[in-house]
Amino acid sequence: MTALDRAVRRWGRLLVGLPPYAWLVVFFLVPFLIVIKISLSQAIMGIPPYTPLLEWGEDAVLTIRIALGSFGTLFGDELYAFAYLNSLRLAAIATFCCLLLGYPAAYAIARSSHSVRNLLLLLVALPFWTSFLIRVYAWIGILKTEGLLNGLLLWLGVIDTPLQILETDLAVLIGMVYSYLPFMVLPLFATLEKMDMSLLEAAADLGCRPFQAFISVTLPLSMPGIVAGSLLVFIPAVGEFVIPDLLGGPDTLMIGKILWAEFFDNRDWPVASAVAVAMLVLLVVPVMIFQRLQGQATEGTR
Amino acid sequence: MAQTVAQRPTFSPWTDPDAVPLIRFEAVSKRFGDFVAVDQVDLSIHAGEFFSLLGASGCGKTTLLRMLAGFETPTSGRIFIDGTDVSAIPPYERPVNMMFQSYALFPHMTVEQNVAFGLKQDGVPKPRIREKVRDVLDLVQMSRFGGRKPHQLSGGQRQRVALARCLAKEPKVLLLDEPLAALDRQLRERTQLELVGIQERVGITFVMVTHDQGEAMTMSSRIAVMNSGCLEQVGTPVEIYEYPGTRFVADFIGAANMFEGVVASDNHDLLVVTCPELERDLSISHSGSVPVGAPVTVMVRPEKMVVQRESPSETMNGVKGVVADIAYLGDVSIYHIALPSGRRVEVLRTNLRHTGEQELTWEDEVHLAWHPANAMVLTR
Repeated sequence: MTALDRAVRRWGRLLVGLPPYAWLVVFFLVPFLIVIKISLSQAIMGIPPYTPLLEWGEDAVLTIRIALGSFGTLFGDELYAFAYLNSLRLAAIATFCCLLLGYPAAYAIARSSHSVRNLLLLLVALPFWTSFLIRVYAWIGILKTEGLLNGLLLWLGVIDTPLQILETDLAVLIGMVYSYLPFMVLPLFATLEKMDMSLLEAAADLGCRPFQAFISVTLPLSMPGIVAGSLLVFIPAVGEFVIPDLLGGPDTLMIGKILWAEFFDNRDWPVASAVAVAMLVLLVVPVMIFQRLQGQATEGTR
Repeated sequence: MAQTVAQRPTFSPWTDPDAVPLIRFEAVSKRFGDFVAVDQVDLSIHAGEFFSLLGASGCGKTTLLRMLAGFETPTSGRIFIDGTDVSAIPPYERPVNMMFQSYALFPHMTVEQNVAFGLKQDGVPKPRIREKVRDVLDLVQMSRFGGRKPHQLSGGQRQRVALARCLAKEPKVLLLDEPLAALDRQLRERTQLELVGIQERVGITFVMVTHDQGEAMTMSSRIAVMNSGCLEQVGTPVEIYEYPGTRFVADFIGAANMFEGVVASDNHDLLVVTCPELERDLSISHSGSVPVGAPVTVMVRPEKMVVQRESPSETMNGVKGVVADIAYLGDVSIYHIALPSGRRVEVLRTNLRHTGEQELTWEDEVHLAWHPANAMVLTR
């Protein structure tokens, strides 16, 4: 192979990998930098509704004006801290419920025969064929006071008066668990499916009862799947806006809703941007550290 | 030297009619749907044996082993270990441990944790576990690697850890499923003798599945040759090789020249067989009782024949032929001799001379000769 060939090959490889990164730079990194910029400005009446960060003053003096007032607001008003913690709480519960429901499902799919397996996987992915928004709207019909669920419970005689489920945190949880369950099942299936079954036989051979074998072999070996699935559910659930907006009530405080309110109701772009930046920092940084530790802990489990 | 050999106690409990076997298969069959994997197997294995199940892939040897471990239940028949019918006992309660072909080491545990795993399940106190783990890792010479994860070990090291993990539990029977198949040839040959040494030291009964006849011959006290779910023959390596009971065993173990023929006469210790492929009748000792006129196969091992230019003496069996091919293997050469009937016969000759030039070469007219005691008559 000549040097030219090698160069072509190296650049070719780079070129193929480039488009998605270029896409992310243009449509994620640049807008995010703009959001950071806005978060460091002050709200004014006008278009755009915030002060510029850089300004050419008289005598060609470049003025950089950084206002930390928006972040001050976040720390000053406990509404934000409360909304943030509530988002974390709801997302954590939703993630845990997804794990509880998704693990047995993924396990069953991974152990099913090859002919049934593809059908089961298709069923898990089936909801994606309908719009997310429409599916969340459908839950309103199920959960509302005179909805399907209450109708069924009344008919069965389990309850006498309809339950108030819609416009509560419970409705938001149901909606989130429903929407994000496939994101838990699929990565779990992927790890469980490639697990060497002879490991379970070895555990049994060494005197391990089936449940104990699950705890000491299957569960630790499926940790990468548990982590991947949990992150795929937890991260979008924290910032979720549509589900709390449609299914939650006025008391459902979630950071996504706050962000929306600051942006569109208060027209306070700097504070809205500060909320977005704070959410990213508070969410992504711990997650990255966690994943790094996890990566070290599960090293060598393939 | 000769005295030490003579004083060594011979280990052969299977010849003692009063000895109670440790493992007993009683008419055990296993069917998977229509496929009969194991067919009416009766087998006894004695304590302290290194027993091998030998056969081609799909012969049912692994199924037999897995039934012993408890991973498969017999469709019919019963299995006894130490006098207890284990047919209904789950694997985690059986006094046996299995070394898997893939080793099945737990990838998320260190070597020490892997070895300690079985002991922890039994609720052995911690200091005792530590002691035991150290002992078995010493035994397999893996003490230096206790803190490593399996993926940081070579294939040979993993094999040792897998063995240590089984030995730690001190089972009554240790099952080995193709234990050396994943090792390269040199390591495999070294490990064979090492494994036998360990077995003799710990005194645990080993039952090994292998498709490698050399491995089975080197390591075993006895071998069971299996063919399509049935036991063809059970015996010591010498019995299996020198006195094969069936044509299948003769062909499967080592190389064999077989001549079809009919018994012409039976005078006391010499059986005379007429073979249409050969110009003259063959005489064989060790005949047993075969009726005159019965169709039989005469089997002669390649190393039991002599290839020479002179015609052999009257007491020897002899046939004429031409050297058609020579396979030079270094220590020995295999001569393919073409008989006048077109039939080819393999003969093994040790290369005694240092030079590459041997006294026989292609197209030489030669005589094959063997003593009547060096052939076998097979009726099955």
